[in-house]
Amino acid sequence: MREIPGDLKFLSSHEWARIEDDGTVTVGISDHAQDLLGDIVFVELPEVGKILSAEGEAAIVESVKAASDVYSPLSGEIIAVNSLLEDNPEIVNESPYEDGWFFKIKPDNLDELADLLDAESYADSCED
Amino acid sequence: MNKTCLHQKHLELKAKMVDFSGWDMPLSYGSQLDEHMAVRSKAGIFDVSHMTVFSLVGNQTEQFLSYVFANDIAKVKNKNKAIYGTILNNDGGILDDLIVYSCNGKYWIVSNCGTKSKNTSWFKKHAIEFSVDVNLMDEFSIIALQGPLAKEHIAKIVEIESASQLTAFGVMDFKGGLIARTGYTGEDGFEFIVPRDVGIEIWNKAIELGIAPIGLAARDSLRLEAGLNLYGNDMDENYHPFESGLGWTIDFSNAERKFIGRAALERIDSKTSKKITGVILKDRGVLRPGYRLQSNSGEGVILSGTFSPILQKSIGLARVDSCMHDKATVIIREKEFYVDLVSSRFLKQDKIMK
Repeated sequence: MREIPGDLKFLSSHEWARIEDDGTVTVGISDHAQDLLGDIVFVELPEVGKILSAEGEAAIVESVKAASDVYSPLSGEIIAVNSLLEDNPEIVNESPYEDGWFFKIKPDNLDELADLLDAESYADSCED
Repeated sequence: MNKTCLHQKHLELKAKMVDFSGWDMPLSYGSQLDEHMAVRSKAGIFDVSHMTVFSLVGNQTEQFLSYVFANDIAKVKNKNKAIYGTILNNDGGILDDLIVYSCNGKYWIVSNCGTKSKNTSWFKKHAIEFSVDVNLMDEFSIIALQGPLAKEHIAKIVEIESASQLTAFGVMDFKGGLIARTGYTGEDGFEFIVPRDVGIEIWNKAIELGIAPIGLAARDSLRLEAGLNLYGNDMDENYHPFESGLGWTIDFSNAERKFIGRAALERIDSKTSKKITGVILKDRGVLRPGYRLQSNSGEGVILSGTFSPILQKSIGLARVDSCMHDKATVIIREKEFYVDLVSSRFLKQDKIMK
């Protein structure tokens, strides 16, 4: 299992959020999530401009085994999506915390970060 | 949880394990797509010891099989051959699909794992009038070697030349068990039904030779790409063989042979029954069991679905109205997508497309 980068915040449903220097937030799914899903063959990304609510459905990831919803850790507006994943969904398996990011949002309210898990609490929640 | 004799080997190979009908089995050893392609391009080895092995003993074993098995056991009598088919209930519903191995007077059966207790009771009940002993061979392991290089590898694994000479569905004795040229992947290959210690030897040699271990996840995508049914998904007691793509395994040719289910099947018009068809999703996404199909010529439902590494598209098996053909739509998460209805032999489809 890959080490979880310490600067990430998590939903217990396995999405991570990273606050970038410009105040935007990048979102992806955890190493644990990609491992549970197995080989990912399809990612359906949201449209740029879409408004998301915290813990609202944002994207869909399908592995050979199962389809799974991806929820947004924070509320905000989609400002970019990782279109590389459309033709190369396996990047999510290979690099869940870096190249395999899903989308970026302009957050409405950074106070919502307090509701997310830090890396350590998230790791504990995966062991339960 | 039940464990096969190779359980520890799977853990050492860092397999992701899964509960499969009460057995702790390897789902994959890393990437199921890589495992799938290893079997299509080279060879792979599978532990499928969770499946059930029966041996039948008695002077009237052939008469017994002629009665409970819907394919005709006479086709393999006095031959060292295996035969695929179904056992049916009195209504013609499929109780299970299985292979019967005939070898030097012995008759063995390999059937599914989830149907073990049901089959055991069914066989024992009907064996009484034929004085046949039905023995569960729980101390045996089943290992499959599959792929285009299987024939090259087998001589090194078992150190006897004759194994590679077996023809399709051919069977031979081997160390208290059997080797057969059978499989569930659509590739050439062999299956070993052998005592546990022999099973461990075979597995170790294969791994030493660098043959990839293959988990149940790739086994499922391999069988589906080859258009082979899975019991519980694509067939069960509620459907007869004609609506399960298995009409070809029902042998009516001997009018004297009153096998269980025959009378019910003879009342069915197989031309108007529902049928099984292959389905290819034209768009991106993955077909899953339960998705509904619609078209002007009828409707249906997906039974099995996966992503085909060979076609790089999602494929599935569906049970549809007999008149349904060519094209349909499928509903995935409340959206409509287009599918082609094709032969379920998806591997041949690949060759046509190329």
